[in-house]
Amino acid sequence: MTGSTPESDADHLDNDALAELQDVMEDEFELLIRTFVTDSRERIHTLRQALADADADALAKAAHSFKGSSINIGAPKLGALCLALERAGKAGELSGAADRIDGIDAEFAIVVAELETLMAR
Amino acid sequence: MSLPPLRILIAEDSTSDRSILRRMLIRLGHEVIEAADGVAAVAAFQETTPDIVLLDALMPRMDGMEAARRMRALAGERLVPLIFLTSLTDAADLARCLDAGGDDFLTKPYNRVIIDAKLNAFRRMQRMHDTLSEQRDLIHARNQQLVDEQAVAKQVFDNVAHSGCLDAPNIHYHASPQSIFNGDVLFATPRPDGGLVVFLGDFTGHGLPAAIGAMPVAEIFYGMAGKGFGGAEILREMNQKLCRILPTGRFCCGAMIEVDFKAGQVRAWNGGLPDGWVLGGGRTPQPIRSRFLPLGILPADRFDGEMEALRVRPGDQVLLMTDGVLDCVDDAGNVFGEAGVREALADKEGPPFERLLAAASGFSADAASSDDLTLFALDVTDDAGWTRGLADTVGPSALTGPLDWRCEYELQGQSLADFNPLPLLLHLCLEVPGLRPSSGEIYTLLSEMYNNALEHGILGLPSHWKRNPDGFGHYYAERQRRLQSVGNHRVRFALQHEGTAQGGRLRIACEDSGEGFDVAAVLGSLSDDGRVSEPAYAGRGLLLLKRLTTDLSFHQNGNRVEIVYDWKHT
Repeated sequence: MTGSTPESDADHLDNDALAELQDVMEDEFELLIRTFVTDSRERIHTLRQALADADADALAKAAHSFKGSSINIGAPKLGALCLALERAGKAGELSGAADRIDGIDAEFAIVVAELETLMAR
Repeated sequence: MSLPPLRILIAEDSTSDRSILRRMLIRLGHEVIEAADGVAAVAAFQETTPDIVLLDALMPRMDGMEAARRMRALAGERLVPLIFLTSLTDAADLARCLDAGGDDFLTKPYNRVIIDAKLNAFRRMQRMHDTLSEQRDLIHARNQQLVDEQAVAKQVFDNVAHSGCLDAPNIHYHASPQSIFNGDVLFATPRPDGGLVVFLGDFTGHGLPAAIGAMPVAEIFYGMAGKGFGGAEILREMNQKLCRILPTGRFCCGAMIEVDFKAGQVRAWNGGLPDGWVLGGGRTPQPIRSRFLPLGILPADRFDGEMEALRVRPGDQVLLMTDGVLDCVDDAGNVFGEAGVREALADKEGPPFERLLAAASGFSADAASSDDLTLFALDVTDDAGWTRGLADTVGPSALTGPLDWRCEYELQGQSLADFNPLPLLLHLCLEVPGLRPSSGEIYTLLSEMYNNALEHGILGLPSHWKRNPDGFGHYYAERQRRLQSVGNHRVRFALQHEGTAQGGRLRIACEDSGEGFDVAAVLGSLSDDGRVSEPAYAGRGLLLLKRLTTDLSFHQNGNRVEIVYDWKHT
């Protein structure tokens, strides 16, 4: 089980967690989201680089970090995808990694879109 | 929260995660320090001495596990909780965080309520740790203080417990190494008349309580012995003191011996110690048995300090021991015991003291180092002169006494049996400035005159009884018996002192109410003024009186003896 299991596959964002974050961060909320988005793009790049280098360990570590941030920011599905990649990396299974990274990339795009919508409100 | 804020170090490479945590902690009122990797975290830890550290396990440059180890080392005795930040994935990862020295973990996503609860839990733990540390330091300081005090107390105790003239050539003793206060005391001091008095005591228990009783006992012993009090009187005073100061169930087993080298006599008392022994001359060893309760038990009116008189000869040895000697145990668990002592003493080779000590040490490997063993031996000599030149144990009074004075002092009836006037009379004489160095001679004069008046003049005891061992015991038994029915008799002292150019002249007259005696018949020819001619002094210790005095005369049918004692400033 994971810390914040999405109610269904369709739940890209954990609204309760984000509400809590908004409350905590106050006027820094927007900065936090932007930081997350920027850092995540960086991480996806790192993931692809690690795969290109066939470095399973680096892949697992990057996935691990990405997973933590995703969970914290209230993107549980993205977190779950990162966890799956982390485990694959730890197991040294790089065969399906390219597809997994694509999946993460796609999910990330949805999360970003939803976060933009959220901040626009 | 009314609790003081904590200073919290966050070590986390993910900027977004770090800022979430920072905001949460600040909202909870805490002070936050941030580091983005392990190396920066350890440096920040060193600089800012945080109360709590929250750290990510995976960080660039140095991972959380290594950072945790270094922080532990830096914290030393301080309790700084290290909490790992983690996504709850698998149990093995979490366990690894704790194994690496983490105190707890915090899972993502962060939750304010849980963070607050955890911080407070650790705050309580820290407070407990601080209290424990403080108390430990306090206990350590107290203990150190105790050890220091004990060291000083031990020094004082050693000075007190084994003191006096124990280094005299005819005294041998073995006292356990004083690693702790064992409660054994050994005192010896010369008496004013040239004799010697010894006390061996064994206080119940160990440690300070046992040692404290030794102080007043030593004071009494040296104070009274120096003033000429007899062993029985010293024992009575010690007993009374110990009754008053020792708690119930605490007491002091002890033995006292009083040696009169001139008379060849030892007077002994044993209350609770193993048998003492008089040995020598191929005779059967004579025991000094414990016939009394230890000191500090009986009230004054029921205490009996009567000493038994034993005849000794030069070359004899008198032994006293504490029960540590009997209690020696060999490897097989056998006890040395009285049988061991008897066996060692029955062997005729070598001096008894060495024989017994060797036997006890041979019996048990740790006998010599046992903390509860004291063995004492005294060689009986024919010359009491060894006590001369030993330090005067009673310091001189700071007050200046009278030079020209006279007084009369009369002891009547039952008081003759119950009271010893010699210390009082000696004290009067020693008040004369400059006379203290002569205390031994003056005590001898007073005691010879008083004993003659009491034992021969009033009680009618013949001195020739004392010449053989049987008569010796009989003499003292009879003295005791006759004293109990002494009736309406009296002994009167008249003392007079006047200063002279070089010193002074002390006149002592001693008169008894006895029947008197035919001075001429007993002592030989007398001149008209009562003086005794030279050869006649042989009886009654008169030779000694004659030797010490300028003049010695008898009056009133032998009931009155007068002496003139001249002394010079030294």
